[in-house]
Amino acid sequence: MIDHKVAKIQRVEKAPARFQKNWQVLEDVRAPVLRTEGLSIGYRLSRRAERVVAADLDVQVEAGEMVCLLGPNGAGKSTLMRTLAGLQPALSGAVWLDGALIESLSASELARRLSIVLTDRVDVGNLSAFGLVSLGRHPYTNWSGGLSEADRAAVLWALDAVGATPLAHRPVLELSDGERQKVLIARALAQEPRLILLDEPTAFLDLPRRVEMMGVLRALARETGRAILLSTHDLDLALRSADRLWLLGGDGLLHAGAPEDLVLSGAFERAFASERVNFDAFSGSFRIERPAAGIVHLHGEGLARRWTERALEREGYCVDNEREGVPAAEIVIDPAGPRWNRAAARWLLRRDGNEQVFETIGALVRGLKKFDFSEKVELLKSRTSKREILKCQD
Amino acid sequence: MNTNRFRTHTILLALLTVGLVAIFLLSLSLGSVSIPVEQIVTILFGGTAEKASWATIVLKFRLPKAITAALAGAALSASGLQMQTLFRNPLADPFVLGISSGASLGVALVVLVAGVAGGSSLLAGVSLVGDVSLALASIIGSTLVLLLVMAVARRVQSTMTLLILGLMFGYATSALVSVLLYFSIAERIQAYISWTFGSFGGVTWSQLQVFGPVTVAGLIGSHLLVKPLNALLLGETYARSMGLNVRLARLGVIGASASLAGVVTAFCGPIGFLGIAVPHLCRSLFGTSDHRLLLPAVTLLGAILALGADLLAQLPGSQLTLPLNAVTALLGAPVVTWVILRQRNLRESFAG
Repeated sequence: MIDHKVAKIQRVEKAPARFQKNWQVLEDVRAPVLRTEGLSIGYRLSRRAERVVAADLDVQVEAGEMVCLLGPNGAGKSTLMRTLAGLQPALSGAVWLDGALIESLSASELARRLSIVLTDRVDVGNLSAFGLVSLGRHPYTNWSGGLSEADRAAVLWALDAVGATPLAHRPVLELSDGERQKVLIARALAQEPRLILLDEPTAFLDLPRRVEMMGVLRALARETGRAILLSTHDLDLALRSADRLWLLGGDGLLHAGAPEDLVLSGAFERAFASERVNFDAFSGSFRIERPAAGIVHLHGEGLARRWTERALEREGYCVDNEREGVPAAEIVIDPAGPRWNRAAARWLLRRDGNEQVFETIGALVRGLKKFDFSEKVELLKSRTSKREILKCQD
Repeated sequence: MNTNRFRTHTILLALLTVGLVAIFLLSLSLGSVSIPVEQIVTILFGGTAEKASWATIVLKFRLPKAITAALAGAALSASGLQMQTLFRNPLADPFVLGISSGASLGVALVVLVAGVAGGSSLLAGVSLVGDVSLALASIIGSTLVLLLVMAVARRVQSTMTLLILGLMFGYATSALVSVLLYFSIAERIQAYISWTFGSFGGVTWSQLQVFGPVTVAGLIGSHLLVKPLNALLLGETYARSMGLNVRLARLGVIGASASLAGVVTAFCGPIGFLGIAVPHLCRSLFGTSDHRLLLPAVTLLGAILALGADLLAQLPGSQLTLPLNAVTALLGAPVVTWVILRQRNLRESFAG
């Protein structure tokens, strides 16, 4: 089902403003928490002129679902997030949140349905993690913001749900970026919304932390029945963990669907492909295209082969044993020693009848680069079209 | 652990309260004539003192001055805290929005222009009208700026715009004041300069009837704003997403803090330093950014420090009096520097 227009569902008038007092799993998982109808986003420049970023968006997020919003820089991800969060008015169309039009909700009604996590680093000085999370109780507390027993319980639950309970009494400024992000998500959760919007929650994290963060968010959506919409640049991670992707291309069209469907239909590639970067539908990742420096025959297997291949690709060589033509070089991975061991592998480089041995991939690549290929590349070019050389992975 | 912190905070607040009472009594007792503290208590509770003159000194001069100092210190500190939170800037003080600039322009106009127009023959007249006209001028000046700021705050989207407008307004008024100073005569310049030194002594009982209620109302208003102030700690976008009406909250915060700053400037002159320093001191003293704790804390500590500065300005045991602003800054600057340097860095020690 890859259509940028999701079939419009029958508009059901629900009892409005039903607020879920208890913060455990929400029932009614079927209903869409967020739904847009003919939504146009953008900026009103003056009374007449407006700049439309994307138009005719009909999408929805269901309870218990994690949706990732992807798109190249400048495609309007932030504008869409801001519009859905009610921080920016839509140019036209409607945003339905939990059965109510978003602009019909008062600020505090909105806060009980939707919470946000922004990319900006927050400076909260001496606030403890518990103090920061308890700010999320704002829509529920009295004039002074004092916490009731129920509020405290909700804060503790939110901390626990993201695995941040041990951080509760630490000052926020002492936390690492990953820990801080968890605490900010707990704050959003303490607001007990139906929908949490996160703007690039993985932006400042290292790879293991990113994977962990996505795991935490996915589990939150599943276990608490809340809907999560996040924007991210982490294509690979989004492909692996999202229930649904929203793909906002530069053309102002939004493609929504399961990640795998979007890859198969080519929507993914169209949204991101540029002159220098190609999407590889097989591995689900992007490759930087470089003009081929030559063909290399590679013999060997296992992990060492995989990473040797990557190093050669990075340097612009085609690793292809089947390809006809004169190979620039022949590389043999020699699993030296009695027990195969990654570190002990050696690389044999054969060319022009010489053989050289290298202890590391780095040394191999340096040795290969010294070799003059120009003659052989010319030879290849005369035999095959240029396009074929460029696309040696196909 | 949490209950421990709670207990520490309660003890600290109690200590501050005791300190305030103590320094209040001390400031009534010390001066050109020293009066024993137990006599002060007797006088305050309507008893008769050993010397009749003591009662006059305490009730007529020292009591209004001490009340003014306590209220002014509390007002400036509460105002400074709110400005720092609203603008998320550790350098913000009660006067960032140009309140004191407005007041000083008003005073400069009265003192200096009257001088230019009437020449030295009017000098006697000015000193007769003296304090009253000065207070009036600065009230009018700061009120006009307050209204202007509120009007702008209602329209402007971004708080930063407001900050820059305030700064620009400050530059413009100080330029006008320097032009006035340039064309003025020495006596009037001196009158203007001594106003800029600041003083708690000029407020009489009758003026206190205006100053007191306005300040107390401003302080109560500020304490009612703790929840929006806490929400603003994370910035306006988060505050909005938590259901805060940011525009209304901003108007409330500016209204409360600007009227506090305005009324103090009007009656006591532009008193610097307390408004920027006390919030920082309280943050590191209490180790929190929670305004439910910080606001009462800055109110108490501000009052204590203002009374202390006033005590020191009089140089107990001598007949000399130093300019109040000089005392607050001279003693305060090293203290605040020390406190800030002890923290990891300024950016992080600042809350919001």
